[in-house]
This record gives sequence, structure tokens and C-alpha cells, in this order.
Amino acid sequence: MVAEPPPPDNAAKQDFALETRGLERSFGALAVTRNVDFRLEQGARHALIGPNGAGKTTFINLVTGALKPSAGRILLGGSDVTALPQEQRVKRGLARTFQINTLYRGLSVLENVCLAIGERLGSGGRLFRPAGSHREVLLSAYALLERLRLADDASRLVRELPYGRQRLLEIAVALGLEPKVLLLDEPAAGVPSAESGIIIEVIESLPADLALLIIEHDMDLVFRLARRVTVLVQGTIMLEGTPREIAGDARVRDVYLGEREHR
Amino acid sequence: MSDTPLPSVATTSVRDRPLPEAVRRLARRHHPRVYEALPWLLATAGYFAFPDYRQLGAQVFIAILFALATDLILGYAGVITLGQAAFFGSGAYFCGILSAHGWSEPLSLLIAGAAAAAAVGFLSGFVVLRTTGLTQLMLTLIVAVMLGEAANKATGLTGGANGLQGMEIAPIFGVFELDLYGRTAYCYCLVLLFLGWLAVRTLIYSPFGRSLTGIRESEARMRAIGSPVFRRRLTAYVISAALCGVAGALLAETTQLVALDTLSFERSGAVVIMLIIGGVGRLYGAFLGVPIYMILQDRFAQADPTYWYFWIGVFLLLIVLFARGGIIGLVERGARLIRPRRRSVSTPGSENIG
Repeated sequence: MVAEPPPPDNAAKQDFALETRGLERSFGALAVTRNVDFRLEQGARHALIGPNGAGKTTFINLVTGALKPSAGRILLGGSDVTALPQEQRVKRGLARTFQINTLYRGLSVLENVCLAIGERLGSGGRLFRPAGSHREVLLSAYALLERLRLADDASRLVRELPYGRQRLLEIAVALGLEPKVLLLDEPAAGVPSAESGIIIEVIESLPADLALLIIEHDMDLVFRLARRVTVLVQGTIMLEGTPREIAGDARVRDVYLGEREHR
Repeated sequence: MSDTPLPSVATTSVRDRPLPEAVRRLARRHHPRVYEALPWLLATAGYFAFPDYRQLGAQVFIAILFALATDLILGYAGVITLGQAAFFGSGAYFCGILSAHGWSEPLSLLIAGAAAAAAVGFLSGFVVLRTTGLTQLMLTLIVAVMLGEAANKATGLTGGANGLQGMEIAPIFGVFELDLYGRTAYCYCLVLLFLGWLAVRTLIYSPFGRSLTGIRESEARMRAIGSPVFRRRLTAYVISAALCGVAGALLAETTQLVALDTLSFERSGAVVIMLIIGGVGRLYGAFLGVPIYMILQDRFAQADPTYWYFWIGVFLLLIVLFARGGIIGLVERGARLIRPRRRSVSTPGSENIG
């Protein structure tokens, strides 16, 4: 798994950071994910777009293991993880954020990150030594908060935190896992543009070898952050290409951009 | 990546500076506080102050231990339970049956009671913890009801509705006899409550305990950071069951009788009410809730012998409506008024539930 960029015709030899083959998921008679073959390259900056109800979040839930697929396979760094539970996939470097803030609202900002780092370092299940004496966890967590300009809020409870800061903390918790593949589910959704700057900055400064998949509605953001774009419509991949190709495609305008104008 | 535009606020690493306030606060959270000595001082004083009430005192300590163990599951792991009596009763009956068959050494009987309850916790937890919400609540209840019915039917083993009799308990360490006045029982139960409290306190401050709180706060996030949620919950469930079993075995040993009510729904319900009164998910909720419940029960029963339970219900309603977090929650709020800003973070387990 060397991140050296091979020529395109060599791509078959290379392990993708994340790959799905024939992924399917139905809820009763409703097929939400239909035969999705998706590939995320090492170090990718990839966006997944699509109208509401296209199955984007379901796709994320299938990849992370929160949902079980009805059919198909999921590969992480070339090895099949379809049968692995969610926590094992996290251990292999897969992290995500949530579209709707999913944090420990009654705990402090620092402890939110501590829990993630503790799990990564394998101390999360220790029964005896107090959590507060795991100094390495505390310091790593604090250093991460400083990097994301959250350190001043370290002692505040999450539920007392402004919404935009909570969105940032969503990313911080995921970064505490030091992932190889990061899935961001609408990271800046609902954040006023004055506050979204730091979120975008953080995403732009992610390590180059990290494979990033970002679900986003905001096309400006997609253009700014992504080098590849996949369009998901009614649970299936309609198109994949560079942002410019996607923006120029008539079908995409119809299905996706058009829909946005109607709303 | 050092040339990236993301600001590094401090030029030196956090490791090379004095610890930031937020880190220090978390690092010393588990340190013992002065007020934590209070219950033990009171309990010790109680031994001398109320010599006629030592038997009752022992029962209160048992109830507190039971509530403490239940809080681990209810308050910290966020498992909704109305069936903790299953573990209390398992411990009591197993201890009692062994004792009635001639095994009289009290400490090993406690361990046996804990093991029996832990086994019941492990087996039932496998099913109960795979469900959520109302289903989970009903399953915990069903486990207790089924065990109660089994104990009722198996009269040869348990004595059925007449209760298990014929227990023989040897002196503790071969020296301290469980006397009629409850001198030994008082000290015995107090020491075991202290040990149980120490165990629960250690657990809730440990990374394991914090991850239980994490599961309660957000199960989805806990899974997303790679925590084996089911295994953590099951571990907590078994530990809680074992402690409940110790409490049950203590009751059996100190009263030398085991009755069906150790497995009853009333016992499961009362312990939850006690915790709600004292404060769920707060280490000291059990210490306040149990005595308050017992005093109220006594007072209401004197004032209104027929409908006293109704008044308990009214009181509970008032707590739930106006004092979420119970008495401890009220104290916390009071403390925050006096000393505002961020104290809430440093008192552990003071996080509200949902």
C-alpha cells in the first residue's frame, strides 16, 4: 500500500483505499443502494453528491458497517471487510463524521476527543487505572484541539457549544482516530458561512496520504475541496468525473442542480 | 504537513509546556474529595449513636449496595432495567441454598452468591442487551419474573412461598458471630458496602467507565470510534449483577432467611425509584436515595397505611418534574449557583441523562 501515484493503466494492480463491488441495500421493497461499484484512491479528495434521498448517507452507513448490505462487497485497503463489525473497520483506519451532530453532549469537548483517542490507543476498555492518569491520551487530545482551534473550549460541555463549533468537533473526534480513510457527511451543513471557514481550512490541511470522501450539497465547497466527484441518483452511480466534467453534464444539471433551483 | 496553512496556535508542543487547565482538570477528576468521607463518617457514628437500629442499618447498607450496583447499569451504561432483583435474588438464594446444605463460611458464600448472579447476568445479558428501549425493559422484567416463578415452584430447593429456612452461618473469620443485635451485621455490611463503593468508583473513573458514559450519551458515536459496544455493556451488566448478588447474599446471611420477595418486581422497581430520588448516574445517588425512600415509606405508611404507595408516587412525580437528577442534581445546581462556571465538568458522573 505505497501511496506513490502509479500511471493510470497500472491502476488494476493498486489497492484502493476503499472499494465497493455490487453494493446493494434494500429496506423492504425499497432499494436504497443499487449495484454501487465505487472506488476511492489512496490520498483521494473525492466528493459524493446527489439529490436528497439519493442514498448518500445509506452508502456511508454501509461502508462503515452501521448497516449490513443486502449484497455486494466492501474492501478497505484491498482486504474484504464486508463481514467485519463496525469497530473492526475503525481499527483498520476507517473513520466518519455524522450529518447530524452525534457527540457526547453531556461530556466536555476534551473528553469527547479523549474517548476516541483512548479507543485508538487500546486503553478504552481498561477497568482499573483512572482515565485521568492516561496522560498520553489527554495530551494527544489537547494537542488535536489546539490544532483545530478548539482548545479554548476544551472544558466546555458539548451541549453548551455553538453549532458551528460542534461541527468542527465532529471532525476532531474522527481525526482522533488517525484514519486512513475519512468519510465526512456534510461537514459544513447548516454552518453560517462566517464560521465555515475554519472547517474548510481543516479539511484542506488533512494529511496528503489520507483518502477523503466528502458528502456535500454545497457545490462551491465541492469545487474547492474535491478532485473527483461521484453523482449518486436513486441509489446508483450516475456519473463520475472531475468537478468540471460533472458541472458541465446536462443530466447532472437536470437531476441535481435543477432540483436545487426548484427548492 | 508542517507547511500547511492550518494555524498552530502554540509554537511549542503541549508536552513541553505546563499542563493546560483543561487537561489538569480531567487528570485530577478521580482524586478523592473531602466530602466523600462524609457517608463513612456518618455510618461509623451511626453505629454508636443508634445502637438499637443496627439491624436496620445493616439492611440500609445492603439496599445502598444494591442501588449502587444498579446505577452502574442504569445510570452509567444507560440500560433501562426493571429486573435487577433477578440478580439480587439469585445471589440470595444461591447463598441460602448452599448454607442450608451445610456450607456455612460467610465470605465464600458471598463469592458464591456473586458468581451465581454474574452467571444469570451473563446469560440474560446476551439476550437483553441485544434489544433497546421498551423491549429491553420488558426483557429485564421477564427474566426476574421467570426466576421468581421458578423459585416459587421449586419448593424442595427454595422453600417456595414459605421462604428458605435452615440456614447456618458460621462466624466471620471464625471470630465475629452474626448476633441478634446486629453489631456484627452492621460492621460486616458496612465494610462490604465500602468495598463495593470502591469497586464502582474505580470503574466509573476508568476508561471502561467513561466508555459506558459514552455509550449512554451516544451509542452511534461510540460505535463510530471503534468501541465494542455490546461487549462493554455485557461486561458492565455482569459486574453489576455480581455486585447485586453480593447484596442479596448479604441479606441472606444477615437475616438467615431468603424469601420470594428478593426476586420480586417490587424490589426491582423500588431500587429504580430510590435511584431516581437520589440521582441516577451519580455515584452518591444511591447513598441519598435509599435512606430518603425508606424514611418516606415509613412516614407515609404511618400517615396513610392503605395508600402510602400513592404518596411515594406523588413524591416521585415531583422529583421527575422539578428535580431531574434527583437530590444530587439539586445539590449540583445549587453549587453551580454559588460557584458558577465549569464546575459541572469537574464533578464526575454529573452529566445529565439524555
